[in-house]
Amino acid sequence: MIGDRGEIVVGLRFGLCKMPAPVRLRELIRTIRAARTQAEEREVIQKECALIRSSFREEDNTYRCRNVAKLIYMHMLGYPAHFGQLECLKLIASQRFTDKRIGYLGAMLLLDERQDVHLLMTNCLKNDLSHSTQFVQGLSLCTLGCMGSSDMCRDLAGEVEKLLKNSNSYIRKKAALAAVHVIRKVPELLEMFLPATKNLLNDKNHGVLHAAVVLVIEMCKHSPDTHAYFRKVVPQLVKSLKNLIMSGYSPEHDVSGISDPFLQVQILRLLRMLGKSDDEASEQMNDILAQVATNTETSKNVGNAILYETVLTVMDIKSESGLRVLAVNILGRFLLNNDKNIRYVALTSLLKMVQTDHNAVQRHRSTIVDCLTDIDVSIRRRAMNLCFALVNGSNVRGMMKEMQYFLDHCDTEFKADCASGIFLAAEKYAPNKRWHIDTIMRVLTTAGSYVRDDSVPLLIQLISSANSLHTFNVQRLYQAIRVDISQQPLVQVALWCIGEYGDLLLPGRFDVEPLVQDPEEEVLDVLENILQSSLSALTTREYALTAIMKLSTRLQSSTKPALLERMPLIQKSAANGPVNAVVNGEEKEEGGSFPAPEQLSQQAQVNNLLDLLDDSNPAASVPQENKVPQTGGELLDLLDGLSLPDSQSSGRSDAQPQLVLDGIVPPSPQNAANVKQGIPSIIAYDQNGLKIEFSFEQSKANTNMLFITLRASNSTEMDMSNFVLQAAVPKSFQLQLMSPSGSIIPARNSGAVTQLMRVLNSQKHPLRMRLKFMYNHREAPIEVMADVNEFPPQAWE
Amino acid sequence: HLMQFMLLFSRQGKLRLQKWYVPLSDKEKKKITRELVQTVLARKPKMCSFLEWRDLKIVYKRYASLYFCCAIEDQDNELITLEIIHRYVELLDKYFGSVCELDIIFNFEKAYFILDEFLLGGEVQETSKKNVLKAIEQADLLQENQNEDWGSLSADDIL
Repeated sequence: MIGDRGEIVVGLRFGLCKMPAPVRLRELIRTIRAARTQAEEREVIQKECALIRSSFREEDNTYRCRNVAKLIYMHMLGYPAHFGQLECLKLIASQRFTDKRIGYLGAMLLLDERQDVHLLMTNCLKNDLSHSTQFVQGLSLCTLGCMGSSDMCRDLAGEVEKLLKNSNSYIRKKAALAAVHVIRKVPELLEMFLPATKNLLNDKNHGVLHAAVVLVIEMCKHSPDTHAYFRKVVPQLVKSLKNLIMSGYSPEHDVSGISDPFLQVQILRLLRMLGKSDDEASEQMNDILAQVATNTETSKNVGNAILYETVLTVMDIKSESGLRVLAVNILGRFLLNNDKNIRYVALTSLLKMVQTDHNAVQRHRSTIVDCLTDIDVSIRRRAMNLCFALVNGSNVRGMMKEMQYFLDHCDTEFKADCASGIFLAAEKYAPNKRWHIDTIMRVLTTAGSYVRDDSVPLLIQLISSANSLHTFNVQRLYQAIRVDISQQPLVQVALWCIGEYGDLLLPGRFDVEPLVQDPEEEVLDVLENILQSSLSALTTREYALTAIMKLSTRLQSSTKPALLERMPLIQKSAANGPVNAVVNGEEKEEGGSFPAPEQLSQQAQVNNLLDLLDDSNPAASVPQENKVPQTGGELLDLLDGLSLPDSQSSGRSDAQPQLVLDGIVPPSPQNAANVKQGIPSIIAYDQNGLKIEFSFEQSKANTNMLFITLRASNSTEMDMSNFVLQAAVPKSFQLQLMSPSGSIIPARNSGAVTQLMRVLNSQKHPLRMRLKFMYNHREAPIEVMADVNEFPPQAWE
Repeated sequence: HLMQFMLLFSRQGKLRLQKWYVPLSDKEKKKITRELVQTVLARKPKMCSFLEWRDLKIVYKRYASLYFCCAIEDQDNELITLEIIHRYVELLDKYFGSVCELDIIFNFEKAYFILDEFLLGGEVQETSKKNVLKAIEQADLLQENQNEDWGSLSADDIL
C-alpha cells in the first residue's frame, strides 16, 4: 500500500526469515565466472534468480539490496532482470543509505522512462531532493538528471530550481546539471531557471561554475532570447578564463600543467555561442582567444584539446582576420603532430572551413596531400575530401596528378568517390580540352568499374566537341581497347568513337604503330570480339553493334557490295533460331557436321549481321557457339563433338544478337508445327505452373539433324527468374544447346523463354532426353530433373 | 557536451559497465552494445581513437584489458572526451589502488558510484580529482555508519 508520504509500505517481518542468508554478491560473481560453459553459467544464474525471486516474495528487507545488486550484475551479462524493477523502488524508499544507493543504481539501469513503473519513483525522488543528507540529495539529483522523463521533470523542476541556490556547492553543482536535463526534456521551463543561473556564473567553486556554464549553453541552444540575456556576461567569462590561464599552479585542478582544462573548454564553448553573429561580443573575447591560442602548451593532448576548442570558437564567431589565420595555423601544426588523433581533428576542422577561409587552408595543401598516405583510413578519407575542396584553377594540374595517383592505389571503398571528385574537378578547372579528355580517360582506364553511369555520355559529348582532337582520341581509345576490354565505360566510349570516327583509324592516319594486313578487318575483329566477349555488358554490346553498323557506311571497302543490298526475304518457316541459318543448300558438309552453304540463299533467314560484313562467308554459316557449353556442358560433351572446320566458321558466334534480332524474327515455335516435315510438338514438362514445350523441325540439309525449339512458359502469379536449363541425351546422339532468349519467365503466360537445341542422330535411334533446370520462384531456388521420352517418332526416323 | 553513453568492455567483448544518458529500450541497448563492441574490437592498434558510427562520434581508449568507449555528439570535442576518459581511469586507480579489470568486475557498483560523482547527465560535474574522491569516501563512510545503526552487518557484509 502507499503511505501518506508516498512511500511504498511493505509488510515487515522481523527475524522470522527461516531461509539462509542469500549468497553474497562477490560470491555469486565468483561462481558465475567459474562456470566453464555457457550452459553452466545459465544454470547458475537460473538457480540464483529463482532464489532471488522467492526472497523478493518473502519481502526480505535486510538483503533486498544484496539481491538487487546481484540482479544488476546478471543483467549486465545479458540476462533478464525485469522482476527486480519494483524492488528497486522499495530500496529507494528505504531509509538505509546502502539501500538507496543500490536502489537508485538499479533504477537507472533497469528502468527506463518509457515504462509506467518509473513514475512511481517521482515521489521518492521528491522527498530525497530535500533530504537532510547531501549524499541522498545527490543520488536523487543524479538519477533525475540521468533518466528523468518529461513528466518527472515537470513535477520536480521547482525543487531543482530551489537547490540551485543551496548553500552547499556539492548540491548546487548537481542541481545545475539536473536542470540541464530538465530543460532538455521540457524546454518551456527554461525561464524559471534564469535568475539563479546568472548567479551561478559568479561561483568560485569550479564544479559549480562548470555546471553553470553547461547550463547556460543548454539554455542558449533552446532560445535566442537567452542569447541576449547572457551576452552581458561575456566580460565575466573572459575574466574567468583569464584567471585560469594566469593563475599559478593549482594542484586540485591541474592537468599536465594546465589549470582545469575541462572548465576552459566549456567557457570557450559558451563564448563561441555568445559570439556567433554578434560583433560586440566577438570583439570582447578577441584578446583572450589570441592569448589562449598562443600560450597553451601543445606537448600533450590536454593542451591540444583546448587549442582545438579555441580554433572552433575563432572560426565560428566574428573574429578578425589575424585571429583566423592564427587558428588555421594551429590546425596546420596539428597536421604535423605525431598523434594521429590530433591529425584527425585537424582535417575535420579544415574541411569545415575550406570554403570560408580558402586561402589560409591552401597554405597547408602539401601537408594535406601527405595525409593521403596516412595509415588510418579515416584520415585518408578526410584528406581526400579536403584535397578535392582545395583544387582551383592554378593548382588543378598538380592536384589531379596527386589524385590520380591516389586513385590508382587507394582502397576500393574510396574509388567511386575519388573518380567522381576527379571528374568534377576536371570539369570545373580543366585548362584545355585535351587535358580534360586525357584526365577522364586515365580515370576510366584505371577505375572504370567505379565511375557513375553518366560519365560515358559526358565523355562522349566532350570528345565530340573537341574537333581537332578526333583523330588523336579515336586512335588512343582504339589502342586502349585493343589491350583491355574489361573496363566497360572506357570500352563504350571507345566503341562510340570508333563508330563515329573509325575512318580516322585507317592507314595513313595512324600516329602510332601501323596496323598490319587489312586495317578494316582488324578494327571489325576488335569490335566483334567485344560484342561476343563475356566481359561485355549488355550496353556495351549495344554500343558495339551500333558502331559496326556505322562503320559499314564509313569504311570504304569496295569488296562488300552485299552490305548495301537489300536484306533477303524473311521466311516465316525459319523458326526460332534467328541465330542459325536454315538454308536450302544441297551441299553436304564432309563429316556430316553442320552445313556451310556457299551463297546467300533466298530462303535464308535474317542472318547474323556480322556475316553480312564478312567476305569469306557471305552466307550464314552456322556459327560456332562459344558460350553454349555452359548450359549443357556439365552433363555432356557438347561442341567438342561437333567441330566445324575453321575455314568455314567465321569465328563469330552470335550469342547476343539473338536479342537484337528477336524483334525482327520473333520466335514462333507455334509455327514449327506447321513446318514442312510436320512433326507434332510435345509438352516435355508441365508442373507447378512451369510448362516446357518442344517443337521440332528437321534440318533440310541434314536429315540426321533435328532442331528442337524449347518454349518455357509460366502460368503462376510470380515471375520465375534465373532460369537455366541443361539437357543430356544418350551417347549415340550429339546435342547442342544454343543460348536461351532470356532467364526470366514472366508470370501469367505473358511471355516465354525460348531456347534452341540441335540434336544429331546419326544412328537413327529413338530419341530420349533428360532435362535439368533451375530457377528462382517466390524467392526460393528450385531444381528439377525430368526425363523426356515421348518424342514423336517422326523426330528421329 | 552530451555524452550519450559510456561502455566498458574487455578484449573478449564482455561488458563490464554500461552508463546510458539517453532513453533506450533494453533491446536497443543490447543491439548498440553488440555492434559497437564488434566495431571497436575490429580496430587496429595504429588507428586513431575516433570513429564515426551512425550519427555519433565514438571516442575509445584501451587501458590494459579494458576498452573505455564513449559516444558523443557531432559538435562535441573529441580531444577533451579523451581527457574525460583518462580522468575516470585515474579516479578508479586512486580508489582501488592500481586498478585492474578484476576490480571493476567484483566491485562494479563502486565503479558506478565513482562515475556518478564525476559525471551527471553526461556532463562533467566535478573537475577536481580530490573532490570526487572525497565525496566517494564520505559516502562510503555514511554507508558504513548507517549499517552499524541497523545491526551487526558491516558495509562489506551487506552486499
